[in-house]
Amino acid sequence: MEEFFQQLTNGLAVGGIYALIALGYTMVYGVLKLINFAHGDLFSTGAYLGLTILISFGLTDRLGPVAGVLLLALMVMGLLAIVGTMLERIAYRPLRESPRLSAVVSALGASIFLQNTLMFVYGARFQVYPHDILPDTALDLFGIDIPIVRMLILLASLVLMAALYLFIQKTRTGTAIRAVAIDQRAARLMGIDVNRVILIVFLVGPALGGVAGLMVGLLYGQINFTMGWIYGLKAFTAAILGGIGNIPGAMVGGVLLGVIEALGAAYISIAWKDAIAFFVLILILIVRPTGLLGERVAEKI
Amino acid sequence: MNRRRITFAVVFVVLAVIPFFLNAYWVDVLNSVGLYAILGLSLNLIVGHAGLFNLGHAAFFAVGAYTAAILNTSFGIPILWLLPLSGLAAGLFAVLIARPVIHLRGDYLCIVTIGLGEIVRIALINDVFGITGGANGIFGIARPVLFGFTIRSPQAFYYLIWSFAALTVFLFHRLEHSRFGRALNYLREDETAAEGSGIDTGSYKLVIFGIGAFWAGMAGDIYAAKMTIIAPESFSFWESVLIFTLVILGGAGSIPGVILGAFLIVGLPEIFRDFANARMLVFGAAMMAMMIFRPEGILPAKPRAYRLADVRNLVAKEGTK
Repeated sequence: MEEFFQQLTNGLAVGGIYALIALGYTMVYGVLKLINFAHGDLFSTGAYLGLTILISFGLTDRLGPVAGVLLLALMVMGLLAIVGTMLERIAYRPLRESPRLSAVVSALGASIFLQNTLMFVYGARFQVYPHDILPDTALDLFGIDIPIVRMLILLASLVLMAALYLFIQKTRTGTAIRAVAIDQRAARLMGIDVNRVILIVFLVGPALGGVAGLMVGLLYGQINFTMGWIYGLKAFTAAILGGIGNIPGAMVGGVLLGVIEALGAAYISIAWKDAIAFFVLILILIVRPTGLLGERVAEKI
Repeated sequence: MNRRRITFAVVFVVLAVIPFFLNAYWVDVLNSVGLYAILGLSLNLIVGHAGLFNLGHAAFFAVGAYTAAILNTSFGIPILWLLPLSGLAAGLFAVLIARPVIHLRGDYLCIVTIGLGEIVRIALINDVFGITGGANGIFGIARPVLFGFTIRSPQAFYYLIWSFAALTVFLFHRLEHSRFGRALNYLREDETAAEGSGIDTGSYKLVIFGIGAFWAGMAGDIYAAKMTIIAPESFSFWESVLIFTLVILGGAGSIPGVILGAFLIVGLPEIFRDFANARMLVFGAAMMAMMIFRPEGILPAKPRAYRLADVRNLVAKEGTK
């Protein structure tokens, strides 16, 4: 039973991270109908930038763990928002009117470019996050010791997801984003500035992805320039699982995938851990391609 | 038309005699080019002609290579006899796994093929069924023997690989200009219209996946014989991306384009070896730039053109079958 709870909370924490990355995928897909292959690399950029800022400014030394990490997260989000918009300007905007294949290839190229820039700048070896930022203690929950870091990460993900949900549902900009995701041309006819909406999506999505990268660094202690690839693919699976283009779906899909993966690794086999996500992906695309929360659309997928 | 033919003839002659003028290292580079050309041509059927996004092609390559390796090391079957078997294994594998997902739309199929490629790679590393040798792979694969002559040197392999490539070019050219090829292009251009014209798109897609995989499997056999050791790292997603990129950059749907793509993909990193680290950066940037400035590729496929008189004669001769 203890093992189960450990794996469950582990899965929830990782799931929260997957959810944050998945949100970036789903938002971009919703408005541009494009799979942003480079999103995973934005996630690793966040992890690396977080490390750099942390070390160079010594935030947690000066401000203490809570304020330090918060400021760090905000800075990472800001920087990633800039990188995200640059990516959109350079790699995707010129191809708005082009066939899908061009945008997919361009996204792949952007992903390769970003990943190798990271390798170039930071080196190919694993980089280590300082261990003493967040307390290493464990919380006693129902008699089981759960690391507090895990709970904090999960809490942070939930807070961010709640904030995004409120933004999307309750604000005018959020409504505009939803409108563009449903029908871009109609939204334009309603007077919505589609370019601005796309800009905002590329501000928010990468920001969330970047924070997720920071969280991975804090949770696991080490980062590597290739992790964007595997996290990106799993997060994409999560987005599909929940229903691509559907924001609550990405949240649900992310957490669900995290739990499935953690329990699967524990009870089936750890060697196949990464493959579990792919099996889930193929299964969901065969059985229910619109995803768990997706609407049944007449359009064939 | 004539200028094109002359260019091809010159290239053919140059390729036929060049091993005598290069040292072993560069012949081996050309061997890599040849293998990538064959792989690219096989993927070209799927991506270029049928318009299906397949980013997991390395998996078919792997199935062929591992089939050859396992059958050769376990049962001693000569490598060249295993060519059709490797192809068959890869082809059947492709048809089986593509069957449930073939109806998916472009981007989704893309992601699924990536996932399938990864599953194959992980399965190979985890020594599935106990026969794949795990992360270390399989070693001790025999060299091909042709009429008593053992193919061992780079030059010998050069002729084997490029003869096979020439055969591939010939056969795929015929396929392109057959009814099947025309149906595939129709499917690529407008699936609904093709379906409405009586083309069973599902079957055609499955068949072309099978043929493309079959050829990649045979390439895998040759690769296994050339390297004598195969391991899962050679069949990663990156390989699939390389093959996909060479098809797209060279010119999807165009045989000369794909061959040019193979030369660029292998040759350019060789020439720019000094800038080793920046290679991939340039690669990624080049992909983005190509899509913005020349999405059809460097040597795009020529659109089909028929002289009206020829069409009339054909119809008169064969009727509208």
